[in-house]
Amino acid sequence: MSRSQERSATKIAIAALFVLLTLMVTSQSARAGESSSITDRSVDWPTWEQWRRVLLVEDYNTRLVLAGTTLLGFAAGAVGSFTLLRKRSLMGDALSHATLPGIGLAFVLATLTGGDGKSLAVLLAGATLSALCGLAVILVIRNATRIKEDAALGIVLSVFFGAGVAVLGVAQQMRTGHAAGLEGFIYGKTASMVPLDAQLIGLAAAVVTIGCLLLFKEFKLLCFDESFAASRGYPVVALDVALMVLVVAVMIIGLQAVGLILMIALMVVPACAARFWTERMAVMTIAAAGIGAASCFAGAAMSALLPRLPSGAMIVVVATIVFVLSMLFAPARGLIARAVRRMRLESKVRRQHLLRAMYERLEARGTPPRPDQRDESLPVPFDELLPVRSWTAKELRSCIRRAERQELLRLASDDSVRLSPAGCREAIKDVHHHRLWELYLIKYADVAPSQVDRDADAIEHVLDAGMIAELESLVQEQVARRRIAPSPHDLADPEQSA
Amino acid sequence: MAADPTTTADCEVSQPSTNDRMPDPLSIHDLTVAYHSRPVLWDISVDVPAGQLVAIVGPNGAGKSTLIKAVMDLVPRASGRVLIFGKPYKQNRRRVGYVPQRESVDWDFPVNALDVVTMGLYGKIGWCWPVTRKHRKTAMDALARVGIAHLAHRQISHLSGGQQQRTFLARALAQDADLYLMDEPFAAVDAATERVIVQVLTELKDAGKTILVIHHDLQTVAEYFDHVILLNMRIVAVGPTQTTFTQENLQKTYGGKLTLLDQATEAMRRAERSR
Repeated sequence: MSRSQERSATKIAIAALFVLLTLMVTSQSARAGESSSITDRSVDWPTWEQWRRVLLVEDYNTRLVLAGTTLLGFAAGAVGSFTLLRKRSLMGDALSHATLPGIGLAFVLATLTGGDGKSLAVLLAGATLSALCGLAVILVIRNATRIKEDAALGIVLSVFFGAGVAVLGVAQQMRTGHAAGLEGFIYGKTASMVPLDAQLIGLAAAVVTIGCLLLFKEFKLLCFDESFAASRGYPVVALDVALMVLVVAVMIIGLQAVGLILMIALMVVPACAARFWTERMAVMTIAAAGIGAASCFAGAAMSALLPRLPSGAMIVVVATIVFVLSMLFAPARGLIARAVRRMRLESKVRRQHLLRAMYERLEARGTPPRPDQRDESLPVPFDELLPVRSWTAKELRSCIRRAERQELLRLASDDSVRLSPAGCREAIKDVHHHRLWELYLIKYADVAPSQVDRDADAIEHVLDAGMIAELESLVQEQVARRRIAPSPHDLADPEQSA
Repeated sequence: MAADPTTTADCEVSQPSTNDRMPDPLSIHDLTVAYHSRPVLWDISVDVPAGQLVAIVGPNGAGKSTLIKAVMDLVPRASGRVLIFGKPYKQNRRRVGYVPQRESVDWDFPVNALDVVTMGLYGKIGWCWPVTRKHRKTAMDALARVGIAHLAHRQISHLSGGQQQRTFLARALAQDADLYLMDEPFAAVDAATERVIVQVLTELKDAGKTILVIHHDLQTVAEYFDHVILLNMRIVAVGPTQTTFTQENLQKTYGGKLTLLDQATEAMRRAERSR
């Protein structure tokens, strides 16, 4: 996952938390007013009975709504993992905002022609047409002009959403029909969902999931290596359009439950969260679908308990919590795991520096430690170690303390350091690797001998056994495994090599 | 537009033989490619007979990658025709293996090396069909040929640059093509990888395959390749490395002096900018 995607996911997460906070504050202040307008977000804490009914899914209605939205989350997570890897996450946001004028116009037209302006099928048909118009506009701007895609997305997102708000305003002025409730599409409202809607959503989600399954291999190739896919004869443009059609399909069926503003979060956040856990695309897609499904279930359940809260916000908040937990605690790519790995490496590097400094000081005196050493090495005074590298006295002392705990060396009372037998062996190994690497750099990379020490430092700490074996054969030193190659540069003046 | 005199001379990589032989693996005739009305390749004509290892050499912006992409219909052609074994690319796609530039993809992608190599077989597997054990076996064999079978299950971002390049090469090998097009396979690879690639190229050539390689390292051209195409928006020279890869031809390819053609292009660029 690229850094920019992580950043946009974090932004969405922050936005979702902000929405929750706002809701909590407004719910507190609204309770005093006791108004009953559609902007009333006051929350009545559900009774035990209500909890039981929702959690055990006793209501037929609740059951259908929960099942429908869960399937929606599943499909959104799956499609979202493709758009994330295709680096088209924000395309979905622009398209979802582009649905609003279609919803408004569909309502106006249906009402004027005497039909039912609130029929979900009519409204969603309008939303689909309008989203496809948005997609067409993005493609035209991107391909026919020199304006870049991000600007095209910005234009479509804001202009279509603005037009949609204007159309809704007109719709509310109409004599016939009541436009109240159309705002539900902006924030999402499962409360207005009837069984038929839930069935429609479930069916569409199932179709989208099957589409993802069938085209999984093709989408994977498209996301990874577009030009190779094209060279194999895959219709890249058609595949991209197919992916966008799946995005629009998820978007449309998500309008009612999640709302058009937050729909993008349901596609991006589960996929980003899943990416932290795995390096396999199939696992990531399934995990994203699972996280999406779980978030939708939990969000819709909360919304059933607290009907005045927009379900979209609830769903996104749950998904965001999963995202934050994944970002912090995932073992593969999570921030904490990464930080721990980095700290371990740094401490290993410092320990190797210390051991090597010890070895080289002892070597300079003509008494290098031997691998079969049975007792402690000769002492090296602390003041002699300090100028070897650019470490401060404090850093060096903490490094010595750490190595003492690992029983590699001992700081005697006269402030001098002695290597333990184990420390001797460790120091010999480190110095051996370091010198092999130095020789390799001089021999094969044309590095000046005076520059080698620093370059060797930069890389030797990450060498694994295979690379060391390769180095040993490459450098063709007639050093027995236990013997140490001589240093290729002068060690007499520690200032120079530090 | 009249081509530069050096271009028309000796456009065959080798002398044409009798008519009843197989059609050439690659035959390009009068190819011109333009990006936004700015030409990047002018009147390219070249025939590459079977079983040759050909380097495409030229300075940055000479259109080397564009040439390969134009052969595979990845960029639109302004004019000209390209035939692969006597047929348009569309009909002979399976006989062409492609190794794109390593930098062209995001290596922090959730797949392992084996997955990437298996992608070379997707054309054979067909739409919507799953990858089977047999395909994975083929992919493993390809990885073994480039010496990284033991890294098959490693995530691709944990591979070194050379190992990533070998993965791309293995993907093309898995296709079992007859004509290979490789975009800078030697760019920024370690010495061990360079040796493996050279060995694979030699094996392919010995098996009668034809290989075109975009190459940037002038030092090794004579050592690795028996034929060379010197390219700088147009073909400067083409032929056996020994006779074609000369100081004089290199001067023409990389030299600073503007030819009439370059001046015309520059004028068009200026005209477009002022528009």
